[in-house]
Amino acid sequence: MLEQQLLNALTLGSVYALFALGFTLVFGVLAVINLSHGAVFMVGSYAALALVTRLEAPLWAAMLGAMLVSGTLGLLVDMLILKPLRARNAPHLIPMIATIGVGIMLTSTAQGLFGAEILRFPDGILPAGEFVVGDVHVRALEIAIVAIAFVLMAVLFAVLKRTQLGRALRAIAESPKAAWLLGINVERLFHITSFAAAALGGIAGVLIGLNFNAITPQMGQPILHKGIAAIILGGMGDIRGALFGGLFLGFAEVISKAYLSSQMGDAVAFGLLFLILLVRPSGLFGRKLERKA
Amino acid sequence: MMDWLPGNFSDFWSTYSTLVFSVGVHALLALSIWLTLSCGLLSLANAAFMGIGAYVSALLTLHLEWSFGTVLLAGGIAPAVVALIIGAPVLRLSGVYLAMATLAFGEVVRITVLNLEITGGPEGLNGIPLATEGWHIALLLALTVYGLARLRRSKVGRAFEAIKEDEVAARLMGVDVDRYKLLAFVLGGFIAGIAGALNAHFTFFISPREYGFENAVDILTMAVLGGTSGLVGPMLGASILTLLPELLRSLHDFRSLVNGAILVLVVLFLPKGIWEPRRIRNWLNRNKGKPA
Repeated sequence: MLEQQLLNALTLGSVYALFALGFTLVFGVLAVINLSHGAVFMVGSYAALALVTRLEAPLWAAMLGAMLVSGTLGLLVDMLILKPLRARNAPHLIPMIATIGVGIMLTSTAQGLFGAEILRFPDGILPAGEFVVGDVHVRALEIAIVAIAFVLMAVLFAVLKRTQLGRALRAIAESPKAAWLLGINVERLFHITSFAAAALGGIAGVLIGLNFNAITPQMGQPILHKGIAAIILGGMGDIRGALFGGLFLGFAEVISKAYLSSQMGDAVAFGLLFLILLVRPSGLFGRKLERKA
Repeated sequence: MMDWLPGNFSDFWSTYSTLVFSVGVHALLALSIWLTLSCGLLSLANAAFMGIGAYVSALLTLHLEWSFGTVLLAGGIAPAVVALIIGAPVLRLSGVYLAMATLAFGEVVRITVLNLEITGGPEGLNGIPLATEGWHIALLLALTVYGLARLRRSKVGRAFEAIKEDEVAARLMGVDVDRYKLLAFVLGGFIAGIAGALNAHFTFFISPREYGFENAVDILTMAVLGGTSGLVGPMLGASILTLLPELLRSLHDFRSLVNGAILVLVVLFLPKGIWEPRRIRNWLNRNKGKPA
């Protein structure tokens, strides 16, 4: 029983981590809490569904398509909304509120186009295989989800750690102004970051949509909360922290649902979060905050 | 109470009184977050404070049958006490971290209410007697506006402003930053709690769903949309965001699209919110300067 739960937790946690990574990337590089990330996640799963049902695309193509659609959306949000706000040096609260507006618009559009009811992937699309190890039932789908999530995260880590692009991004996270003085094209990297983060959010949406086989316009809201919790837990803007935070929340959710009441699990997670913020505001992995003086 | 009015007004009132009541309650909530913002605190706990006020007052009415006045007061005091307790540790955080901590606090409150027996769990509380009348809301709103207007001009208001502009400088000038922040936080909780108590006694029914993250964000949005430079802005923002969905009813599923678009456009093109006295004055003067 426990092994089965741990497998479920790993599946859920890896998708949470993927979602949280995009979220934390935008915060680290652009210093914006992008509250439209949940809606972008939702758009990703609808995009994959539309590609599969309307264009009869194979699942892998639908996943790529969903990443492209949500990534483009993230890029547009950056170019049309966040860029003008950066240009006039708006206080950090302002871009956050703008992204709330974007989230409302996306959710409402999805509801208008696809309706409020739960949509499902057609039969035969999901990998149906299942095998038994000991007394644990392993669905091929779960293996695929975990594998895709971890491969994408590995790629992201490699890019950030090993490439010139990653070095430039880390420089911007440190100080956009200094990075600009060093000749880094800051605006271009903001665009790239927004695209990549939204694409990760979109694929996370597809994976959750596949895992539960249920897509609704409102599905972005609960995961947005999880994303916020994950990046606070791990330290805001911290990549390793988001990975850890996402996995932790996945485990907390599944285990507490199995062994406590179905709802109290969230209270435990957020209560813990609240405590961590009080004791270590910069999260478990974050560096000490600088004092403004 | 309304029978001395012409018939079509009573019709109007019976259809739209709940809407008008909501405008008043939302105005109170927007003012409650304005108060914390005016001290430079981005707190997202106001929906939770509203919820605490609503539940405490509703439970007192349902189980102990206290009079409406005492119930309202208790609805304000309960979240204020909670704010006092969590304020000391939470207010050490600043900016985004404070927002996130208050958000997490809000979730804890919502989920606790969802799981307690006495609060009715996910079904919430049903059959709360209708006690709120139009003049209650009007009076409390007027009192709040008067109180806040006085506060702004007082030593406390100036201290808030100094902290908002530059906390370190304010501290160096001898402003007791921590105490004033706590005061803003507690007062904000008090106002939000009263709004919650008023709300519970005209909607007949409350549930944990009404006090979650979305509601916290809605309250913030009202204040920012209207403009936070004065007291008019938050109330204007609250009215617009409450009435707009009703006006856009014909758009069905797409109606909140307009809501979101307005939010984005205001943030992009009216950085200080809709109500900004200086811009309006300039605009009037420009028109005056033109030859007729």
